Amino acid sequence: MSDIKAKISQICPSVTFEEGDCLLVNVPEQDWHSLATALKNDRELNYDLLTAVVGMDWKESLGVIYYLTSTARNWDLLAVKVAVTDRKNPMIHSVSDLWKVALFQEREAFDFYGIKFINHPDMRRFFLRNDWVGYPLRKDYDADPKLNPVRMEDEKHEDDTVSFVEDENGKIKKIPGKVFTEDDYVVNFGPQHPSTHGVMRFRAAVDGEIIKKVDVVSGYIHRGIEKLCEGLTYPQILHFTDRMDYMSAHQNRHCLCMCIEKALGLEVPQRAVVIRTMMDELMRISSHLLAFGCTAMDLGATTAFFYGFREREMVLDIFEKTCGARMSMNYNVIGGVIADIHTDFVKDVKELIRIMPERMKEYHKVFTGNVIAMNRLKGVGILTKENAINYAVTGPSGRGSDWSCDCRKKHPYAAYPMVQFEEVLEKGCDSYARYMVRMREIEESVRILEQLVDRIPEGPIRAQVPKIIKLPAGRWYQQVEASRGTFGVYIESDGQKNPYRVHFQSPCFNLVGVMDICCQGNMIADLITIGAALDFVIPDIDR
Amino acid sequence: MEVKIKSMKHEDFKDNEYIDKLVEELNASGTNVMVGKLDQLINWGLSNSLWPLTFGTSCCAIEFMSLGAARYDMARFGFEVARNSPRQADYIMVQGTIVHRMVPALLRLYDQLAEPKYVIACGGCAVSGGPFKNSYCVLPGVDKVLPVDVYIPGCPPRPEAFFYGLMQLQRKIKVQKFFGGVNRKERIEEFFAKHPEERGQLG
Repeated sequence: MSDIKAKISQICPSVTFEEGDCLLVNVPEQDWHSLATALKNDRELNYDLLTAVVGMDWKESLGVIYYLTSTARNWDLLAVKVAVTDRKNPMIHSVSDLWKVALFQEREAFDFYGIKFINHPDMRRFFLRNDWVGYPLRKDYDADPKLNPVRMEDEKHEDDTVSFVEDENGKIKKIPGKVFTEDDYVVNFGPQHPSTHGVMRFRAAVDGEIIKKVDVVSGYIHRGIEKLCEGLTYPQILHFTDRMDYMSAHQNRHCLCMCIEKALGLEVPQRAVVIRTMMDELMRISSHLLAFGCTAMDLGATTAFFYGFREREMVLDIFEKTCGARMSMNYNVIGGVIADIHTDFVKDVKELIRIMPERMKEYHKVFTGNVIAMNRLKGVGILTKENAINYAVTGPSGRGSDWSCDCRKKHPYAAYPMVQFEEVLEKGCDSYARYMVRMREIEESVRILEQLVDRIPEGPIRAQVPKIIKLPAGRWYQQVEASRGTFGVYIESDGQKNPYRVHFQSPCFNLVGVMDICCQGNMIADLITIGAALDFVIPDIDR
Repeated sequence: MEVKIKSMKHEDFKDNEYIDKLVEELNASGTNVMVGKLDQLINWGLSNSLWPLTFGTSCCAIEFMSLGAARYDMARFGFEVARNSPRQADYIMVQGTIVHRMVPALLRLYDQLAEPKYVIACGGCAVSGGPFKNSYCVLPGVDKVLPVDVYIPGCPPRPEAFFYGLMQLQRKIKVQKFFGGVNRKERIEEFFAKHPEERGQLG
């Protein structure tokens, strides 16, 4: 740690450091871009992965916290804080030229806080309508419904974009632009389209049948969860995580609970840890089965969909018996789990373990080997390893590009150090590789369950927690491996019983960011299969 | 007279008051035998082949997919042909939160549905905004912009709850007067003309 400090202060003497959950570097705005370039390109530092971009409002200043990771060195996190005091016209240099993932992430920060990113090529709002008044996550946001009534008419000028470009004298010029040129033939998908897996909207410029560019229009299910969290107490915000990526409900909630527990210094009983891990893996199986079914259905193979859902119902039955609900289980709580496992739990899980290998063969027989499926998936939607890292595409989609990025291995948590499993990697970099990673991960999840099902220790299911939970002042970042990739929770507390800022770093947000580069050069019909193989969940993107 | 549907007995429904009241109204106003019989025929056909327009924005849509799969199999009741084009659907099933950006799209889809058309609000979010009611950009219930026929509460509702709600819609259709009806759908503007206070709330 100290050598990193020395190295950074050598590159940029104006920085200051803060210890905490992870090392935080305070950097003045004017030095930020040069420091970022060094952090990325320096051989020793080599921070090649931008994990999270968190927009912030500290009342006297606005800013962004960037979480960086070096995938080559180790997976330790480094936080960089950039703040500006100008509230009227806050401007920060964009790092989207270094880490492409910032292209969308910085647009989110602009949408929420009005921070303009210099040299960012496309400074449009991301979630909210382009005629929205104000920046909702600012602490002084005026929530008067008269300012932003429910507008019944469509958005106008949706092709218009703007960028703030700095010339060689350091002067910043506002340059208007267009998303598509006059000559582009644009095909619209969504927001209500059966194959976008929710309410996502894509606009694709096509040349004949070949896609030239895909513009992602998000926000059709943006529910403002991060703002809502700021007004609620910690136990009250837990239920939002179940409703973001509803196919990773347990993992997301696990992550938020772990983040709060880390801040409180709370030890979770071993029984709860094992139950949580098992629930996470069951959730992963159910999610991948749904992904299998939906990929098949998007290609017209309806039978495979029924097969996938048949086993998914078994998992849902296990959830229902223990948690009381098929979806939105609300099972993890701060310090453990809300209820003990059902008496049938072990029996049911064993039954699932018993039948899954047989059923996996059925899936492969009915869909994987199919010649149409092969042709539609193989060699389509190429995402190279470099791009996967640059766009921070984690989870099965990243591992389909042969990038080892499993959070369960890199930052072992819960009961994962206790079990043996393989991190599934595929070298294909195409839709087929991503699909195969999911199928093989089901087998690995079954393996993890097999090792844990007889090892659930006795004991309490919940630690003693104070009635009113107050986190000490500070900031924490916690990651878990959700069904679709690395899910992160950022909490900043000022010592009150409700958080000062909560940010959810969702994996699907980055997945949708590569739609453009994955689709370019492919046929228009492949947009659907590429989306299906990336397998994003829209409420997780929009939050 | 009681309203009969094939799949569930009258006494098994928990809320029969409203449907009895509708029947009473229908009987009181009286009708021509021919027209009445024709109405019954149309309603019989309509109620047994209800094609939903899938409009799943979030979690409820996944439960709706379970409905389509083998275990719950909504084909048993005539709901199986989920359409993705509003022009081929009978009713819009709003599953999930409706946010500000979505409202124009939702209204357009509703306008594109052919008459007679119905709206079902599925899940807490569509009913009232659910857990996101206080958010800056969430519509607190689709009934703020559309006339809703059936509400299905739950977060998300169980498949059984979906069926219960869909059967309620079947019953409502059974008592509708197709020719110059009284309980037919209202257009948005007519709805607002009757409820000006709703428009006020929406600015």
